[in-house]
Amino acid sequence: MKKMRLLIKRVSSYSLFLPILCLLLVLLVNLIQTPTFFKITVQNGVFYGFTIDIINRSSGLIIMALGMTLVAASSGGADISVGAVSAVAGALCVATLGTGEVYQMPYVLSLLFALLVGMACGTVNGFLVAYMRVQPMVATLILFTAGRGIAQLITGSFILYVKPEQFTYLGRFIPGVPIPTPCFLAAFLVILTLLILRYSALGMYIQSVGINRRASRLVGLNTRRIMFLTYVFSGLCAACAGLISVSRTASIDANNVGLYTELDAILAVAIGGNSLTGGKFSLAGSVIGAITIQSLTTTLYAMHVAPDQFPLFKAIVVIIIISIQSPVVRKWFQTLKTKASYDEPVKEAN
Amino acid sequence: MEIYKTSLRSGGPNVIGQIKDKILGRNFLLFVTIVMFVVMYLAGLIVFKDKNFGNMQVFLNLLISNAGLIIVAVGMTMVLIIAGIDISVGSVIAATCMMLAALMEYAKVDALLAIGIVLLFGLVFGAAQGFFIAYLKVQPFIVTLAGMFFARGLTAVISLKMITITNETFLKIAQFKMYLPIGATVNKKGVMVYPYIYPTVILALMVVALVFIMLKYTKFGRSVYAVGGSEQSAMLMGLNVKRTKFIVYIINGLLTTLGGIAFCLNTTGAFVELARGFEMDAIAATVIGGTPLTGGVGNVCGTLFGVLTKATIETFVSFQGNLSSWWSKIIIATLLAFFIVLQSLLTMKKQKEL
Repeated sequence: MKKMRLLIKRVSSYSLFLPILCLLLVLLVNLIQTPTFFKITVQNGVFYGFTIDIINRSSGLIIMALGMTLVAASSGGADISVGAVSAVAGALCVATLGTGEVYQMPYVLSLLFALLVGMACGTVNGFLVAYMRVQPMVATLILFTAGRGIAQLITGSFILYVKPEQFTYLGRFIPGVPIPTPCFLAAFLVILTLLILRYSALGMYIQSVGINRRASRLVGLNTRRIMFLTYVFSGLCAACAGLISVSRTASIDANNVGLYTELDAILAVAIGGNSLTGGKFSLAGSVIGAITIQSLTTTLYAMHVAPDQFPLFKAIVVIIIISIQSPVVRKWFQTLKTKASYDEPVKEAN
Repeated sequence: MEIYKTSLRSGGPNVIGQIKDKILGRNFLLFVTIVMFVVMYLAGLIVFKDKNFGNMQVFLNLLISNAGLIIVAVGMTMVLIIAGIDISVGSVIAATCMMLAALMEYAKVDALLAIGIVLLFGLVFGAAQGFFIAYLKVQPFIVTLAGMFFARGLTAVISLKMITITNETFLKIAQFKMYLPIGATVNKKGVMVYPYIYPTVILALMVVALVFIMLKYTKFGRSVYAVGGSEQSAMLMGLNVKRTKFIVYIINGLLTTLGGIAFCLNTTGAFVELARGFEMDAIAATVIGGTPLTGGVGNVCGTLFGVLTKATIETFVSFQGNLSSWWSKIIIATLLAFFIVLQSLLTMKKQKEL
């Protein structure tokens, strides 16, 4: 009994306990709703199934959430321009490739160009936040407002289509590989970021800047540069997500690419148990958060809810999560816990 | 003698110095906003001379088409002063319009009763958000994000189709033109045309005046500034920080629905995607009006000019004729960037002085 209790205590104190619990709950609902939920079939040489679809669709969000996690950790704010930046990157990529039968410029060059522009957008945000000391939300509000306008400017307010088949490799499947390409991309980026943060001091620096900026500066960290870099990284991630989304549909609609994804990305970070006020962060949490959101979306599709009504369900989930994670409720739980542990020895004595 | 007395009271050397102090001091940002608006409008007068930009009606149209935004931005100003944020306003406006439309068209409820019900919804919505923010201490951004999703989803649950309002009383209010006795022009047929406004404009200006007085001269208004400036200090001073925040969010909820009603009187219809991105317009107008997001500072008059500046840019773009509407977004963003940088430079300078 005691062992059991200890185990429960240990599991529940694990930092990813709540996020994983949320994900499992959503998946459980899915399993009840559609018994074939975890079934994976092979069609035309590629895997098909709800789970594959969830991971495939969530990969863009995972990538965005990576950048958002670091931004939230270092500056205690959110980058709300990611959706607009992804639209700009996607628009640039398509516009430079052209809508003809052949590309106007090499594919890789166009991708790099789009990523660079994403980073440039991040640079603007980072400069405002780190060097001009503007609040993150306000600073990124600028690109949020202008970004879509710029994307429209690039596409000339048209929906552009890319004809060559190879263009869709990035967002769909590479022939002969049964797993969707975005999954590889997301996995690669997550692992790369994890490795960089784990094996250099950067991860620790970001946390320390987020926890106490002044103290970090006093111990000799270049706090501004660290904050700046997280924003550049976030811009890069946003551009990456935009490219995937453009490649998936082989077209660009500057009005709709990445619309509302900034909110989903912030939500993913929050569901992952990360504080949005800066400091400690967990990339794994954000990844789980992103998958949870996508599962929720897929669930709602499976339940034949109208897409316009999704936000209501999302809101209910968010409200539940923020209630559980709110400092006041947490404190209340903690007092309950300590009370319980006070009671224990008395019981044993009896 | 009189001059001497006033200058003695404020401690300034003379009247001019006093005005200078006021302009360069706390009201500098407000001053910049007003000057910029005036300069912009004058520029418009010169550039679009042949297109009747100087017509009184053009100016009044700025107010008519943005009455809802003014009301919402006033609420937003209060929220920003207590260092909060509300990104749910766009969705709440959509929900407001949809509720009004559904109540009047489907449930055949009386127009005034429908307006009352909707205002009650705003009150409850604001109270719920305020409860989470003030008493459960969740970040305003996250709470209002949830509120945004909730209200947009609710709109879609009420109706996925577009509803056009045909209620007579409502349309009567919406189309009630109030002619002004000044600024009349003679049109092509030689008939005197008086400029007009709609009741929503009066409502918006009344809201601005009321909130201005409340913030400046009431105990509650001053405590709003105190809480925004420093929560800790406000608490040590014996102010009820939680209650102040709670009430601000309730007022904000109420003003948002009121703005929604004004918005609905303009559109006389509702659909799910209505007022998408409206929250950013409200925040942008407020920031351009000289209210930083750091809290403790802000002025409702500035917000009024912020909205007018934004509206002027849009009028420019539409008068020009060849530019598509996203140009106004890019220009507004540039302006926003300018103001944000200006604000941060000012705060940096102040910190250095300290």
